[in-house]
Amino acid sequence: MPSRLRPQIEGWLLLLPAAVLLALFTHYPTVATAIDSLFSTPRGARGAVYVGLDNYAEMAGDPVFWQALGNNLVFALGTVPAAIALALLMALLVDRKLAGRDFVRLAYFTPTVLPMIAVANIWLFFYTPGYGLVDQLLHLLGAPSHNWLGSRGTVLPCLMVMTVWKEAGFFMIFYLAALQQIPPSLGEAAALEGASRWTIFRRVTFPLLMPTTLFVLVNALINSFRLVDQIIVMTEGGPDNASMLLLYYVFEVGFKYWDTAYAAALTVLLLALLAALALTQFLYFDRRVHYR
Amino acid sequence: MRSALETAAAWLLALIWILPLAYAGWTAFHPAAYATAFRFDAPLTLANFAAAWQAAPFARYFLNTFLLVTMILAAQLVLCTLAAFAFARIEFRGRAVAFLLVLVQLMVMPDVLIVENYRTMARLGILDSLGAIGLPYMASGFGIFLLRQTFKSVPRELDEAARIEGAGLLQLLWRVYVPLARPVYLAYGLVSVSYHWNNFLWPLIVTNSVETRPLTVGLQIFASTDQGIDWSIITAASLMTTAPLLVAFLLFQRQFVQSFLRAGIR
Repeated sequence: MPSRLRPQIEGWLLLLPAAVLLALFTHYPTVATAIDSLFSTPRGARGAVYVGLDNYAEMAGDPVFWQALGNNLVFALGTVPAAIALALLMALLVDRKLAGRDFVRLAYFTPTVLPMIAVANIWLFFYTPGYGLVDQLLHLLGAPSHNWLGSRGTVLPCLMVMTVWKEAGFFMIFYLAALQQIPPSLGEAAALEGASRWTIFRRVTFPLLMPTTLFVLVNALINSFRLVDQIIVMTEGGPDNASMLLLYYVFEVGFKYWDTAYAAALTVLLLALLAALALTQFLYFDRRVHYR
Repeated sequence: MRSALETAAAWLLALIWILPLAYAGWTAFHPAAYATAFRFDAPLTLANFAAAWQAAPFARYFLNTFLLVTMILAAQLVLCTLAAFAFARIEFRGRAVAFLLVLVQLMVMPDVLIVENYRTMARLGILDSLGAIGLPYMASGFGIFLLRQTFKSVPRELDEAARIEGAGLLQLLWRVYVPLARPVYLAYGLVSVSYHWNNFLWPLIVTNSVETRPLTVGLQIFASTDQGIDWSIITAASLMTTAPLLVAFLLFQRQFVQSFLRAGIR
């Protein structure tokens, strides 16, 4: 075998198995989704017909879609900053010497390991009107019982609290790792000059943690669009679509109404959102846009 | 003084964080009558676990999840190792473009392509099989990326020494590269196992029978249809499906945390 040809063959042969699966289950479905979104859903004997941007026009006029998008933004804005702030607080608390540090760290991190399905079933019980933990606690304070997941006003906040509880510990470990990279001498120097601990945090620690914050931020945002297990267990998007999120809507349109063309159009929008988020991360990390 | 205050804050937050699990544990290990009555003389019982175990084919679900997780991890390790080695150490035409195409999977996750992948599985005639659950995840863009980084850091001298001794490409990979990447394999393995143990939406969509459902889907069907609202039994079932992962986590805590750190996401 000529030696110039050899690496070509070896390289592609090694890549082949992974490339086939990637093409079949990532690249092909991405392209096919975009194409399907331009056709009608085949029904019975009638096949799919090219309809141009009709599915997107339907989306623009679909109040449920707008509600899902709005809910998802509220959900992201409600969970992401809270989870990040708590994660940072947790990391700062367990980064120092502390009696029972291993237990504390474990308590923060354990919810991350559990399946969302199990977590959602347990929290479903907490939110049960009258009987659940939340109502029992409030009852002690004299508050009347409330249908937490059955009321439009409280359903989304309830899901957000649970999500923050599950995710904060995961982001904590990234902050912990970053904190351990910061030389203690920086803080000591600032302390010698009489800076308060809050000033040190604000002017030294927090800026140095900026790359971590960006990384965590993007991943938390992606998760808020990607994970809808808890919706299936706890609310099915209700009441009145008050807890409808985008991916759950795709699931409902695609697998309950079997309107695959419209589901494809919704998927395209969701993919565009996720891609924009991931690209932001890429650009930040490639250029190493840091703190100054 | 200040340090004592911070310790108290850390503990308070830890207690709040562990409260939901402690409460779930209380409910699962006590008779239903004590589900919300916290008394020291409440009798402990395993009856809720026994009832859950009897009420649904959890043994089969455990087996399915075990097979699924093992199959996915084995395929991922082989496929990602081969591809990552090609990207790290072989100069072939189209390498840069191919690598970009692999990275696409970091943005376009299988979790979102549910409608189209369901069609593909239907066309392949493998709906409702463990293979259908696992296939979209086997060529992991993230795994390839992670291993490529690791392989690139292997010293060239080791590589050349093995080649001079007449090692073939696969021998070289197996004897030099794979052993040096062991911590990365461990990290990736733990993350992959816990991800797929917990995965729900896609398995829910492609499975339709007891023989293929993983634990998460089995638990959901059990909790939503069979039980009415016997919370003690549902909570027991939830804890039961989580137990192996939780025990593994408690035993290998340090490795787990290190692994998640090393592997970032997924």
